[in-house]
Amino acid sequence: MQRVAEGIGKGVLRGAEEVGFAGALFLEAVLWAVLGPTRRQPVRLAAVVAQMMQIGVEALPIASVLAATIGMMLAIQSLYSLGLFGAESFATVGIALSVVREFAPLIVGILVAGRSGSALAARFSTMMINQEVDALRVIGISPVRFLIAPALFAMMIMVPCLTMWANIVALSAAGLFVTAQLDISLAAYFADVVAALSVNDLAHGLGKSVLFAALVALVSAVNGALADGGAEGVGRRTTRAVVQSIAAIIMVDMIFAFVVTAG
Amino acid sequence: MAAVAQETPTQTRTDDAVVRIQGLQAHYGARQVLHDIELTVAPGEIMVIMGGSGSGKSTLLRHLVGLMRPTAGSVELLGVDITRAPALEMQRLRRRIGVAFQGGALFSSMNVLDNIMLPLREHTQLDRQTMEIMARLKLEVVNLAGAEDLMPAELSGGMVKRAAVARAIVMDPALLFFDEPSAGLDPAVSSALDDLILKLREAMNMSIVVVTHELESAFKIADRITVLDQGRILTVDDVAGIRRSDNARIQNLLNRRAENAEVDAETYLRRLTGEAAPAGDPQAAGTKQDAGAV
Repeated sequence: MQRVAEGIGKGVLRGAEEVGFAGALFLEAVLWAVLGPTRRQPVRLAAVVAQMMQIGVEALPIASVLAATIGMMLAIQSLYSLGLFGAESFATVGIALSVVREFAPLIVGILVAGRSGSALAARFSTMMINQEVDALRVIGISPVRFLIAPALFAMMIMVPCLTMWANIVALSAAGLFVTAQLDISLAAYFADVVAALSVNDLAHGLGKSVLFAALVALVSAVNGALADGGAEGVGRRTTRAVVQSIAAIIMVDMIFAFVVTAG
Repeated sequence: MAAVAQETPTQTRTDDAVVRIQGLQAHYGARQVLHDIELTVAPGEIMVIMGGSGSGKSTLLRHLVGLMRPTAGSVELLGVDITRAPALEMQRLRRRIGVAFQGGALFSSMNVLDNIMLPLREHTQLDRQTMEIMARLKLEVVNLAGAEDLMPAELSGGMVKRAAVARAIVMDPALLFFDEPSAGLDPAVSSALDDLILKLREAMNMSIVVVTHELESAFKIADRITVLDQGRILTVDDVAGIRRSDNARIQNLLNRRAENAEVDAETYLRRLTGEAAPAGDPQAAGTKQDAGAV
């Protein structure tokens, strides 16, 4: 019993330590972005753009497929469930709010965690184990400025962009199904969508996506920085980063929705 | 070399030392891994730090290059106490030291040329063409001309080490550190790397600290050798002095004998429990003699 309690206690302490480490990394990355140029050590724009290509542009095909599937699935479920009460005409409102406030940021967050978060964690872990991070330090280059800041900022720019794209694709795919089922025009469907949505709804979804982006980047960076044990360690840290990122996204999603809608 | 030749083998002038370690202690958790290390390296000297596995030589190197902070003591490089120096001063110092890591630590996402240019790109305002010329010159020095466009994964073990040396010297540092330069290399390549280290000292007048467990390599390149054992300095001497040392542990190291190879179970248990050895026990006597020599 004592051992179980000790194990839980150690786990909680380790978790708190990692959260603190993530916070410190975030602050340091922001400081480098602001103060780096004055010390002739800027966060390189080229590195940020390269990361943006990998995280955002290269993810467009799979993000489109997933968004279209989610949009279509929501349309099918909405029409079925509302049809039970003869309220199919309200399906558009439900679909629009669900996609923009919830499903697009969530699916993009999970996609980026699995695709780019794992890649970042594997890259950082490998660099730690191969002493590349040590090499950066002895050359006099901050690993946070050189490695973490570009990935963090690229993610915080590209995840909202991907979310916006996912909004458009998911709503369009849903529209194809809804218009066919309800025998209305696509223009009428989009008019209903625009009427149902407010700027606040859009900001809710995009705001969450920025938070998810920071979470994925920081969880990956922390796991990479704590890597040890060779190839096995890289695998372990990569898996851990993806699992923690997805868990964090879902929990933060719930907390964010509760806090924002409570007011 | 000239700076060292005028002095006794075990001592060096300390007023102009490029490396000065005083009272260095280090811990991993509660376990102390370095005990009161005192060491100086003179300008232009090649100091080899030797020891068996677990002797603390890699930990000492990590403290020397500022990757770890000691629990006590100080480490001065080129007159800067790196245990207390502010970030900006450390940043300036970093431009004057180079480190070649055991596995090379080349950045796998960059080709050889970009790897070597990285310190120039980050620390200077030179245009790309000038940086390329400087990087190519260093590649010539390490006999790696023509490998500019290769990725690290396409290089052999010896080429990786030489590329790492080129990156370490691209800023023309005054002080160069090598971590196990011969590890994992065949004798011919290892010998070529030793020659390169000697060439660097002659051509660029660098002070060089080499951590290794390779005896042949150490004897070939060293002006002085520091022998570490269980986190303590056993001795600091020139090659001849190390060869004729009567310290049993140093002789074990020279003859490549495992420290505990001849310890029987009973002796091992006595060591664990701290029980006194019976009179006339040769192994216990050997241990006392070693301790006395230390």
